[in-house]
Amino acid sequence: MNELLQGNAACARAALDAGCTFFAGYPITPSSEIAEQMAAALPKRGGVFVQMEDEIASLGAVLGASLAGRRAMTATSGPGFSLMQEHLGYGMYAEIPCVVVDVMRGGPSTGLPTRPSQGDVMQARWGTHGDHPAIALAPASVAEVYELTARAFELSDRLRTPVVLLYDEVIGHLRERVDLAPVSPPPAARAGPDGRSPYAAGEDDVARLPDLGSGQRFHVTGLGHGERGYPTDDPAVVGDLALRLARKVERARAEIAWAETYRTEDADLVVVAYGIVARAARRAVDDGRARGMRLGLFRPRTIWPFPAEAFRAATAGARGVLVAEMNLGQLAVEIERYVPRGSVATLLRADGRPIAPEEIVAAAVRVTDGERVVA
Amino acid sequence: MSDLRQYLRQDLMPHILCPGCGHGIALRSLLRVIDRGTIPLDRIVLVGGIGCSSRMVGYVDLRTVHTTHGRALTFATGIKLARPELEVIVVTGDGDGLGIGGNHLIHAARRDVDLTCLLLNNATYGMTGGQAAPTAAPGSRSTTTPGGAREPSFDACRLVEAAGASYVARGATSLPLALDDVIAGAIAHSGFSFVEILSDCPEFYGRYNALGRGPDMLQAQRSRVIGPRPEIQLGVLHQRPPALEVQAT
Repeated sequence: MNELLQGNAACARAALDAGCTFFAGYPITPSSEIAEQMAAALPKRGGVFVQMEDEIASLGAVLGASLAGRRAMTATSGPGFSLMQEHLGYGMYAEIPCVVVDVMRGGPSTGLPTRPSQGDVMQARWGTHGDHPAIALAPASVAEVYELTARAFELSDRLRTPVVLLYDEVIGHLRERVDLAPVSPPPAARAGPDGRSPYAAGEDDVARLPDLGSGQRFHVTGLGHGERGYPTDDPAVVGDLALRLARKVERARAEIAWAETYRTEDADLVVVAYGIVARAARRAVDDGRARGMRLGLFRPRTIWPFPAEAFRAATAGARGVLVAEMNLGQLAVEIERYVPRGSVATLLRADGRPIAPEEIVAAAVRVTDGERVVA
Repeated sequence: MSDLRQYLRQDLMPHILCPGCGHGIALRSLLRVIDRGTIPLDRIVLVGGIGCSSRMVGYVDLRTVHTTHGRALTFATGIKLARPELEVIVVTGDGDGLGIGGNHLIHAARRDVDLTCLLLNNATYGMTGGQAAPTAAPGSRSTTTPGGAREPSFDACRLVEAAGASYVARGATSLPLALDDVIAGAIAHSGFSFVEILSDCPEFYGRYNALGRGPDMLQAQRSRVIGPRPEIQLGVLHQRPPALEVQAT
């Protein structure tokens, strides 16, 4: 159906279509529309919506509901995402599927509640303490919010780990014309056969927990644990657990590291951008080429794990890379790992305003002239 | 009564609680109630936070979830709303439930979702070595109040009643059979049911305040809760029909 749809509304619709039947959340700009739409829709379909007392409680309730067999999600923004970090770690360590949407606004602290940013890129990777895997997806259009929200549920269920959907306020509040192909709920391939060893992983390194309603007796903990789920600090056991959790996501990296390239085949300078900035960058690539510059665009749709191989392929023939993002260089740090020293230039804004196409073209001109940091 | 060890994960023994700790008495009381057979075993889910009391859920051979510090009630709310047929029992402590988790406690009470919350009050943070808790008596000594606590302490039952809980009771490890009755009443009640359980920590609170060993503390506790005009009142302190419940439709 051809329709005008808002980014946050597309997120809620995708969740419902993907079989999400539980939402717990706390109001926060600019994500509140997701909670409002879930509050309106879920009770009519036998689902559960609950407004909790804060974001800590919201993700706690989501984890509880997921353990009880529901497909569950929450949505928030920077300050709430900070409060959720301990429970994100719990979900990763105890292997509890769920989807966490972070609609990014200016920070730190209360920051710029109604203004966009991409300042939570590293929080999505390293916000919770300890070594842990992380998956974060970054849509750049309303249609892609729909697609990646649905994928987030599928990935989260299959890998039994929280998946973060990371997009900026502009994408969240953007209304654009879409013609969505509705998704169906992914298969519920999550219940384990044996409550006696719920953390004995298969060849895919994924644990197989039964649901709390299954009648099987088992234990779940945020402490270091072995295959039976019981607490231990045995170095061999907890060391293996840390490695298995990392391996679980690394094993899936090739499949989940999605990216889009645009006119990179003969590009001298590849612009790297995601979210709303990628929309401006695409325009900048065309405008720059009209002026005789050979520009290309690399747009990660998966931020974590970073699609390194696709990035290497897209930049193999380029002389340089220009990272444009609404923060002070969070993804640029990651990208520096994959290119020769000194070949990454940045165009950065942390002032609550999106980056315009002409800024990117101007930056590309200056980078071509040898500059590296273009503010 | 059958052998209560059948409900324990005996391969996890010895447990981590100290000699003289009152928490084992409370656990035994909970197991006696479970042993009455009024709730199908496969419907019971035990949820704990972090601390000595919360840790006990891991020793019970049922579905058990050991969550994060102070947040057990949030997980429990999610579990109950997701599967209303489950009997969800939260075990928490005074630091876990009234300190770091105080906000969740008052909102769980206000929401009046059908959960049972057992809060073991030993007036200290035992797991971390005996720091001051929000229930520590004014003047009592701990590693973080070496000169005596200067702050007033919480009355958990009055707090939870004011917040909207529909069943509020207090029991004590020195009167374990009476404790059984209030725990059974809490589980039977639909709506948020809260039981404060007076327990003792001889290892830290007792030692720092020269209160003797486990039996000495139990005797002292008992003298405060019995008699015609006890210093601390036990039993069901408040009960009313549950508020309209938030439930899956």
